[in-house]
Amino acid sequence: MTELLVEILSEEIPARLQLGGAEDLRKIISRKLQELDLSFDIATAYVTPRRITVVVNGLPSQQPDQVEERKGPRITASEQAIEGFLKSVGCTSLDDVGIEIRNVKGTEFYFVKRLLHGRSTSSLLPGLISDSVVELRWPKSMRWGVGRLRWVRPIHSILCVFNGVRLEGQINFDTVLGQSVSNSISFGNMTQGHRILAPKFFRVRNFKEYKIELHKSFVVLETEERQRRISQALEILAKKYGLSTRENDRLIIENAGLVEWPVILSGTFDSEFLELPEEVLTTSMQTHQKYFPLYDEEGALAPRFVMVANLETKDQGARIIKGNERVLRARLYDAKFFWDSDLKISLDSHSKRLRDITLHAKLGSVGDKVERLRTVGVSVAEVISGANPDWVSRAALLCKADLATEMVGEFPELQGVMGKYYALYQNENNEVAEAIEEHYKPQGPNDMCPTSSTSVTLALSDKLDVLVSMFGIGERPTGSKDPYALRRAALGVIRLILENNIRVPLSEILLISHNSFENGTLEEYSSYKDSLVSFITERLKVYLRELGYNHEVVSSAFAVAEDDDVWRLTSRVKALKDFLMTPSAPDLLKAYNRASNIVKIEEKKDGANYASEANKELLVEQAERNLFTRLVSFHQKVHDALNREDFASVMEEVANLKEPVDQFFNDVTVNVEDLKLRRNRLYLLGQIRDSLKTVADFSLIKG
Amino acid sequence: MVRQNRRVQSFQELILTLQQYWAAQGCVLIQPYDMMVGAGTFHPATLLRSLGPKPWKTAYVQPSRRPSDGRYGVNPNRLQHYFQFQVVLKPSPDDIQELYLQSLTSLGVDPVNHDIRFVEDDWESPTLGAWGLGWEVWCDGMEVSQFTYFQQVGGIDCEIVSGELTYGLERLAMYVQGVDNVFDLDWNGAGTSYGEIFKSAERQYSEYNFEQANIDHLRRHFDDAESECLSLLAAKLPLPAYDNCIAASHLFNLLESRGVISVTERQAYISRVRALAKKCCDVWLALESIDDHSATEKND
Repeated sequence: MTELLVEILSEEIPARLQLGGAEDLRKIISRKLQELDLSFDIATAYVTPRRITVVVNGLPSQQPDQVEERKGPRITASEQAIEGFLKSVGCTSLDDVGIEIRNVKGTEFYFVKRLLHGRSTSSLLPGLISDSVVELRWPKSMRWGVGRLRWVRPIHSILCVFNGVRLEGQINFDTVLGQSVSNSISFGNMTQGHRILAPKFFRVRNFKEYKIELHKSFVVLETEERQRRISQALEILAKKYGLSTRENDRLIIENAGLVEWPVILSGTFDSEFLELPEEVLTTSMQTHQKYFPLYDEEGALAPRFVMVANLETKDQGARIIKGNERVLRARLYDAKFFWDSDLKISLDSHSKRLRDITLHAKLGSVGDKVERLRTVGVSVAEVISGANPDWVSRAALLCKADLATEMVGEFPELQGVMGKYYALYQNENNEVAEAIEEHYKPQGPNDMCPTSSTSVTLALSDKLDVLVSMFGIGERPTGSKDPYALRRAALGVIRLILENNIRVPLSEILLISHNSFENGTLEEYSSYKDSLVSFITERLKVYLRELGYNHEVVSSAFAVAEDDDVWRLTSRVKALKDFLMTPSAPDLLKAYNRASNIVKIEEKKDGANYASEANKELLVEQAERNLFTRLVSFHQKVHDALNREDFASVMEEVANLKEPVDQFFNDVTVNVEDLKLRRNRLYLLGQIRDSLKTVADFSLIKG
Repeated sequence: MVRQNRRVQSFQELILTLQQYWAAQGCVLIQPYDMMVGAGTFHPATLLRSLGPKPWKTAYVQPSRRPSDGRYGVNPNRLQHYFQFQVVLKPSPDDIQELYLQSLTSLGVDPVNHDIRFVEDDWESPTLGAWGLGWEVWCDGMEVSQFTYFQQVGGIDCEIVSGELTYGLERLAMYVQGVDNVFDLDWNGAGTSYGEIFKSAERQYSEYNFEQANIDHLRRHFDDAESECLSLLAAKLPLPAYDNCIAASHLFNLLESRGVISVTERQAYISRVRALAKKCCDVWLALESIDDHSATEKND
């Protein structure tokens, strides 16, 4: 089987871009092959920090032959015209093979029919590969030297072998005028191994050889294989020390993108650093140094870590380990320094310094925000069951204090976490300390959502403040732009309410937050309230759809009433969804649509409005009298159930309507001669429509 | 043959070695810029000369200041005044990574024994209107250099791409000497430590940067530097104008370390400095091409 092997050797490609880049190149080459009618069995991409490799198997040796037919001039055309045609198709005389005369709708034309030989694959590939490399777009690309070519990092060489033979070709690019340097990268059949361990170029004939030679040259070509090596060695090493690892897939993937020859080594750090909060240690190790932390049997952090190096050394990595240990020690020393100096000052004093940190030019300082959170927190606590206003107020005072600490200055990702630790250190109540950490939550749909009443109250107050302040100064998200993460804040409000069964109208708690701002800071509440409420309810719709509720069901339940109670809106959606799963639902939907269609048509025809109650006296048939009675009682029962917010009962009542409605359509003719009777029956149909509308807009649901 | 057990180099020897190494690669060895700058990139030999079509190779030490990084000389890893060794190769040569690795070898860090890594790190200087792609270079987990391919400077596309290598000399020296406290670094190989020379300065400047610097003066000096820069640009004197841009940038850094700049104010200051930097680059580049032109005419 034929084989095309292409490798772009470059300077180090960022780990996060490698897989996407390799896959894109594979796709571009595949598409271009198809465009040239060159079919193949399979195209595979590989990537390491320094190379992207694409292998295509099963290409034909040439394009398929094609029969070309072309219409020429009439046979009566001028000699010149006929000669021109012959020339254009590469013939010399009308006697040549393939020239024929055909009759087209009564007129005779010359035609040429000839076999076009497909071009050889190896003649087409160089241009194709060159174009593919140039066409590949990276999220961030650069120029280098005097060239005008843009790529993720400078390209060093291009290996291009088809069936064991080097393809002649190159990538051409413009250069800056007047620079006497080569403006092309030629294709070759050589590549290089590991940058340090085997930099000598070697010849390549096919993929099998390529992979073996690379391996001998300290390059593991396959990403999965590098990942596997890392994760295996990691487990073995951990076990050796009687320790274990935690979930670390992302770190394994990242490390596999940083090395061509993964070598797993383990180092230690002084156990005195273990007195630091675990998050400080793991952030230093994982985020900054890309090390794997290890844990002991009790699940506590051990003073040992695992790192991935890119080479084997004569001293078994002794110097590398020593160096990495020193780096980590310096980082942890810094952290310890911050920890100690932060602890010298109480959180209360840190909090006072928040006056000097501006939140937003129009919104004052972070200190001002803290004051607002205290006021709002105490009011919001009233609607949250079990919330202790003193704890809320205390947590509010301290919740942003860690922003003024050195540790958070250095590790911004630890905001909240550090506040909790510092609070525990100064013997704050546990729930207060927890609330300091949790008031930033939930961040998005998958983050943990607080449940303790102090955390919930403060988290809700914080998010209300974000939303109200930004809407109140006219900073609303537009399209994809949401610099203040207001969508996330709205989702936070929604999740806090739903997951803690909080019953309060949005407009009410938003007003509490609005009132906490100094007069004149924000626009009038009435001027932005509606848009903010609907911004949040729109997020609720999106969230419910993400939870698996059908778009029609959500819209239908939302369409009924102007409601700003997140919990109630959601309950309606849930009940409607449950109802639609019941056996009677499809028939009832049909009946509803039939009733409302008839009413709609007749209203238009008659120029009338059939939205009033039918006249009981004019009901003749048993079925219509029965329906009338049932609708009246339906109205009362639904009204009561809605008041009780018992949406399941509401839906039960809806289901109960199926039988009398069906009976009505079976037994009663609406369009009778007696106009009074007819009109009265239309009123009755209107009643069906309007009764159901108090529950949901069923017209939005397609049966 | 690799020399074994080579004597560890002192701080000043590291500088000498780097200078020798890069001089041998054809770099013009110039001296530090005589102004307070945040990094070697501010030196006109990098910033201005990375613009335009003329090839250029240079290497120099640049004392650099980052007022907010001061720790009163107490923290073993933090300094508000430190040294960068800066190399600019314009255009960036194909073997620039190899050249860099060999420079490490010359310092006694043989890549065969150490884990040298090129880790993605894109560089952007909002105050200089400049950006580039590249890496931070890790040696056994420690960032020892910045490696950048300049793409834009002063908001202008770089006609020829420069490769910029910046060695963090203290980190590198601590690594080479196996020292855990920057103040314990051996400066001259004859008993003088880094701390003896700079520790007291670290304490004094930290106090100045964080507590004493007069805020009103700083603000006024900033305004003055800005207006001086603009009037010098109008007089077509981009070099002295650029000095004032550098001064403004440092004054802004001092204001920041005094903790008096709000988030929005910060943005405003940054864009004011950037506007100066851009204009300096524009005028410098325009003047360069005129100078070139007249030089050619004289030769004719």
